[in-house]
Amino acid sequence: MEYLANILFALILSSGVFFFARNVKKLLRNIQLGKKVDVTDNKPQRWKNMAKIALGQTKMVVRPIPGLLHILVYVGFVIINLEVLEIILDGLLGTHRIFAGLGALYDVLIASFEVLAFLVIVAVVVFWIRRNVIRLKRFMSPEMKGWPKNDGNLILYIELVLMILFLTMNAADFRLQELGVAHYVKAGSFPISQFLVPVLDGMSAQTLIIIERTAWWLHIVGILCFLNYLYYSKHLHILLAFPNTYFGKLGPKGKFKNSEAVTREVKLMMDPEADPYSATADDAGEPEKFGASDVSDLTRVQLLNAYTCTECGRCTSECPANLTGKKLSPRKIMMDTRDRLEEVGKNLDANKGNFVDDGKQLLDDYISREEIWACTSCNACVEACPVSIDPLSIIMDMRQYLVMEQSAAPSELNTMMGNIENNGAPWPFNQMDRLNWKDES
Amino acid sequence: MGSEMKVPTMAELFAAGEQPEVLFWVGCAGSFDDRAKKITKAFVKILNKANVSFAVLGSEESCSGDPAKRAGNEFLFQMQAVTNIEVMNAYGIKKVVTACPHCFNTLKNEYPGLGGDYEVVHHTQFLKQLLEEGRMTMEGGMFKGKKITFHDPCYLGRANGVYEAPRDLINKLDAELVEMKSCKSHGLCCGAGGAQMFKEPEQGDKDINIERTEQALETKPEIIAAACPFCNTMMTDGVKNKEKENEIKVMDIAELIANAEDL
Repeated sequence: MEYLANILFALILSSGVFFFARNVKKLLRNIQLGKKVDVTDNKPQRWKNMAKIALGQTKMVVRPIPGLLHILVYVGFVIINLEVLEIILDGLLGTHRIFAGLGALYDVLIASFEVLAFLVIVAVVVFWIRRNVIRLKRFMSPEMKGWPKNDGNLILYIELVLMILFLTMNAADFRLQELGVAHYVKAGSFPISQFLVPVLDGMSAQTLIIIERTAWWLHIVGILCFLNYLYYSKHLHILLAFPNTYFGKLGPKGKFKNSEAVTREVKLMMDPEADPYSATADDAGEPEKFGASDVSDLTRVQLLNAYTCTECGRCTSECPANLTGKKLSPRKIMMDTRDRLEEVGKNLDANKGNFVDDGKQLLDDYISREEIWACTSCNACVEACPVSIDPLSIIMDMRQYLVMEQSAAPSELNTMMGNIENNGAPWPFNQMDRLNWKDES
Repeated sequence: MGSEMKVPTMAELFAAGEQPEVLFWVGCAGSFDDRAKKITKAFVKILNKANVSFAVLGSEESCSGDPAKRAGNEFLFQMQAVTNIEVMNAYGIKKVVTACPHCFNTLKNEYPGLGGDYEVVHHTQFLKQLLEEGRMTMEGGMFKGKKITFHDPCYLGRANGVYEAPRDLINKLDAELVEMKSCKSHGLCCGAGGAQMFKEPEQGDKDINIERTEQALETKPEIIAAACPFCNTMMTDGVKNKEKENEIKVMDIAELIANAEDL
């Protein structure tokens, strides 16, 4: 009987880890539905980007207020997770504050966890006010209705509850230490939870132990639940921001990739030696599809982008099309991509790993043509993203599908492209007149 | 004035067995658009004054393919690119300067993968270089103390990280450079990029160039400086829409310098 708590803990912990591993597997499978891209180049730069942008939060602080508040929550969670290690060891071994032997260092650690927990609470409250009282414009866009809004608030509530449980646990522990109750070794320093101690005044050791144990269990179970909530939430960014910044675009933002399939065809057309009759359809195989109409046409990096998006809306708030009332919202492009990818993933789950055509696709069923054509390709969204997401590349791939597979460009663009084809300029001027300006006054 | 300009073509120089220091890539707007042609001429006058050995491709130049690529027609883009590259490689071109950030971006970033490797610079970078090398001098003169705001072209700024060259040139004119609330990496697009120049905008509450013009007007400028023929058109239209065309001029950096030097 005496090991019951340890066994229960081990069971809860392993099921938490088991379900999380299952989610990670599903996530990887879905991302691998995308096309392979070579991202093995320039590793030093990639590591540097990850260190700077994800670890160092350099792009978060471009907007100082949310940036600094975010750093509090981020540092808080990273550091307080050291405490989780102790909780896990205590839970498995039946010990209490196993690291107490660290002495003064332990006091410093616990004190800093407490201060950070308090700062996290402050930040979370301000975040909640920004979303629900001030109602910042970027949290009020049409794509933020329903689940995205609830998801955002739910994360804040969970974080708040976890921090309160942590501080409650410490306060009760502190009181039990003062009372000299066996098992509660004198350890730690409690700069924040000491203020909760008066609330516990007059309670018996028995009650205090119940409070301490309840808070302890709820805290660790809460963390394991939160870990498994990630996959269903925008909060996945806490993990994926790291690979996403690593795999993010390198080089100038204006450089769009050249399609190799097109290059092969163009080279063939331009080659005077090429025999147009020698390359027949039968050895060419399935002709490559140009551009993207569904998630499987996108690259794995673009799909990783979709899972990484935390729906902060900095992209949309800088998008010139969105600012002037057009339907395009780069954030919605990413949310739609993820939603469609999840739908495809569920289809695979339901059909033993085979995709059964559902008559839907990313284009039209999620992202409308009106959105696709409103983009000015200005890169403001790419610049604004704090975790190196590239919504523009998805928009451009979808344009390529519309034009090259569907011939469905807006008619004015067809005119422009016809002019380029016929006379080498987007307007109907003769190429032979290109130098006329020289002699005009 | 026009007759005083020296504008050799690559074909002429090639026939004479000469190789210029730099190819001036004029671009479609610079060749055909009435407003942009003035920018082209202003830049040529500066090049002439600084005795820069340059040439243009003239009728051998064709659209860089930027609007086709941004509109989704990768095939047309690559056809344009490969054709242009063939011409430029045949002339053994090493360095290209252009006053169009769209051509600049495409030639610099997207041509190398298709066999076109050149040192490509924007005209503001080139002019700054001329100043630094002492091949050209500049005096503020007529722009001294004037309030000038600079609109960052997306394909020069965010796309390629060139923010300082145009600003340095404005400062050299002894003008008072005032920044808009969205500038440099946060610069707001004029609304023309991504092939939008060639189509009507989608339904919204406002045109993008109006939004950007309003930001520019907030700085109470005498001149809105641009560094892209398309931005120039969009901002000029915006200023007209606000009925400010008599008070506020939209000018390319090359025009500012040419005017200051009374060229």
